[in-house]
Amino acid sequence: MREGLRWRLLVAIFVLAVGIVYALPSIPAIGTSPIKKFLPEEKVSLGLDLQGGIHLVLGVDVDKALSNNLSLMGQDIRSLAREDNIFILQPRVMQGEKLEFVLLKSSQKEALDALLAKSFNRLNAESTVLDNKKVRYTLTYTPEYKKYMSDLTLDQAVKTIRNRVDQFGVAEPDIRKQQDFRIQVQLPGLTDTERAIKIIGKTAHLEFKIAREGVDPAKAAKGIVPAGTEAMRQMHRNPDGSYSESVIVVNKNAALTGDTITDARVAYDNFNRPYVSLTFNSSGARRFEEVTGENLKKRMAIVLDGKVYSAPVIKDKIRGGHASISGGFTTEEAHDLAIVLRAGSLPAPVKILEERSVGPSLGQESIDQGITATLVGGALVMVFMIVYYGFSGLVANLVLCMNMVFIVAGLAAFGATLTLPGIAGIILTLGMAVDANVIIFERIREELRRGLTPFKAVDEGFSSATLTIFDANVTTLLAAIILYQFGTGPIRGFAVTLSLGILASMFTAIFCARIIFGLWINGKPGRKLSI
Amino acid sequence: MGLSIIKPNSKIDFIGLRKYCAIFSLVLILLGLGSLVMNGGPKYGIDFSGGVLAQVRFDHAVAPEQIKDSLSSAKLQGLSVQRFGEDDTEYLLRISSVGDVDQRLPDILKAEFSKNLSDNPFTIERLDMVGPKIGADLRTAALEALYFAVLLIAIYISGRFEQRWFTAGIMAAGLATGMYLLDLVGAPKQMQVLIAMLLTLGICWKLKLNYALGAVIALIHDVFITVGILSILGKEFDLTIVAALLTIVGYSLNDTIIVFDRIRENIFQRTAPTYGEVINKAVNQTLSRTLLTSCTTLLVLVSLFFFGGGIIHDFALTLLVGVSIGTYSSIFVASPVLYAFSPDEIPEPEVESHNHADGTV
Repeated sequence: MREGLRWRLLVAIFVLAVGIVYALPSIPAIGTSPIKKFLPEEKVSLGLDLQGGIHLVLGVDVDKALSNNLSLMGQDIRSLAREDNIFILQPRVMQGEKLEFVLLKSSQKEALDALLAKSFNRLNAESTVLDNKKVRYTLTYTPEYKKYMSDLTLDQAVKTIRNRVDQFGVAEPDIRKQQDFRIQVQLPGLTDTERAIKIIGKTAHLEFKIAREGVDPAKAAKGIVPAGTEAMRQMHRNPDGSYSESVIVVNKNAALTGDTITDARVAYDNFNRPYVSLTFNSSGARRFEEVTGENLKKRMAIVLDGKVYSAPVIKDKIRGGHASISGGFTTEEAHDLAIVLRAGSLPAPVKILEERSVGPSLGQESIDQGITATLVGGALVMVFMIVYYGFSGLVANLVLCMNMVFIVAGLAAFGATLTLPGIAGIILTLGMAVDANVIIFERIREELRRGLTPFKAVDEGFSSATLTIFDANVTTLLAAIILYQFGTGPIRGFAVTLSLGILASMFTAIFCARIIFGLWINGKPGRKLSI
Repeated sequence: MGLSIIKPNSKIDFIGLRKYCAIFSLVLILLGLGSLVMNGGPKYGIDFSGGVLAQVRFDHAVAPEQIKDSLSSAKLQGLSVQRFGEDDTEYLLRISSVGDVDQRLPDILKAEFSKNLSDNPFTIERLDMVGPKIGADLRTAALEALYFAVLLIAIYISGRFEQRWFTAGIMAAGLATGMYLLDLVGAPKQMQVLIAMLLTLGICWKLKLNYALGAVIALIHDVFITVGILSILGKEFDLTIVAALLTIVGYSLNDTIIVFDRIRENIFQRTAPTYGEVINKAVNQTLSRTLLTSCTTLLVLVSLFFFGGGIIHDFALTLLVGVSIGTYSSIFVASPVLYAFSPDEIPEPEVESHNHADGTV
């Protein structure tokens, strides 16, 4: 055996062995058998379209968070200024993230400017003196602060969603930030998508507001309410499961918010109806005690995302930091509400921009159809190659099988995900991988016709076809790389299997097939070649 | 030696057939264009247009009209009901507006079907919802991807085939500048991509990058005809179809490159006196390879088409059409274009080395 051939044979056997070791764990029968512990951990993971599950892209309404924050800062400015005896009119948040307020006496302008510079230097302040000796201030975000706040909002939203998903109990969730304040959520193997979406998408902004009694309900329904209060809808659940609404007038400013909640659990009342029991932290408990003490005999509205769930009358000062929300829930609703309250509220509302969910049975069907198509396609190609090229076709089929091993091994080793288009990529590769063999074999036939011996013809065929094969495959690879760059999940799976298949086919068709021909011809240069 | 579909010494005059091929291609392109114009542009799937698609499986057979009727009170925007698969149990429901979290399509379906089709339980097998913003993003991404594919391939072919990486680089820089300027004046993305394609062709022509010109014309030809045929068949364009088109762009070149490679080899060896004969000879020599490689690929695609399932059906169809057209164009389009832009005579070696002087070897 020639020295070069022996080395190449060793390299090929080594690479094949590594390929088999990496490919084996992905075969179900072996992945669960005892020999598993001698094999690498990695195996091919299935995409959401094959194992079922849900893919969401959520848009975080950062603008809303920015204007909320601005409104809070307005309150702070007003109360801090009042401590220094500077009086300003109620700050208002205007379009385009601007905070506007009016200073009553222009003589206090310097003092207010100093205060703003000291405590609110992250906002840009502009002021214009009005005719009547008042000063109008317009505050806007500095670019750095705006970016900081936006990033913070997004990070918080991701954290909250992760918390909720963890509590909901999903194996291997994938939650990540994307450009343009988007969050991608992937929950494999999930069956009840509707429930998951309701849990993830809920802002869960909880407020406790004291009701203002004695307002004419008819007027309130039209929005005519005393200053500093607002009319809100209260939901009532009827025995038949439908909802009805009534109007309740409450103070605009919340007495307490959900930030101070440390725990939320489902509990049942005497009639075995579920409700959510809340526990406050120490500062929340103190505040709750104060508020309930100050507002005896009044109603306290429990408001979640702008809807009043219940409005019990405060009968006594409540100590111990416990409260409850009852709203005629089903057990499942109470359970889900407890999850979102425990996990905390989202810093801004989120909107579902994209959703793709696949049921588990459809996923399995796709896998089965993919396997059938692969087997039939592979069989067609193999039969064709043997009929057309005889022994050489057999060689092509052998290296085609190696190619499959390498694709599976590559998917497992790189931790890539196999998707339905990915399976299509594998099938396509079956057809394209033998292209390299065809190019070589046709060239060998040509050389044989020119009268070369089989040994020389094989040599010549491989060396002159190598560059052509390389050229031809580079363009498909380029297309695959672009696809990977621009594509979304399933399409990326296609790009990955296509690229792996092409790379593997160059190795098997050019390197491995040549070794087999070398072995066959070894020592018998005159042997007739079936091609 | 085994079978051969093409006799070893075939002498088909492909260059002589170029007029008929031009007519044939033109007719295909015009038919496709006509269909596109009549349908008011390509029919976008929800990936690009936005909307909701639900694949619903009923326990018993049900007629599409029945489904439509039972949903009529929900007033779903742009509702379409399409049978999926062989029997009357699976359907694709599509609506054009997205709705909000509280008014989700599954909830609506549950409410309406349990009221109007109560004796026929159903499950939602698959739900795709794409908001208008994401749809627009995906459209842009798809167009950009097609454009970059064409650009990269033009650069690769000019560099690789004519050993003119430097010229190819100039082309890339020129295009990048042009695109940047277009972006500055705020031209719409579709227009930008179209201009970029034309610009690529123009630059290839001006810089005498003939191989690149032939290849790029051939692949634009392939994509155009495939898109046209899909439009005639009433297929929708979604992400997987774009993936298939990009694959065609890559794959159709496969065969073209094999032919061009042989033309280049024959020119160096001066195997025939004129360009026409050199090209004819090269196409004939590579004919069986070109057909065989396409044949094996078509074999697996047929299997994918028939056994791969409904979701992948249109993807397989696009590839089947594209690979067939790509094979035709490698033989009958790319080489005649190369011929049309070639000088009358094969340049003498001195002239050949002149080419090397301005670039790299």
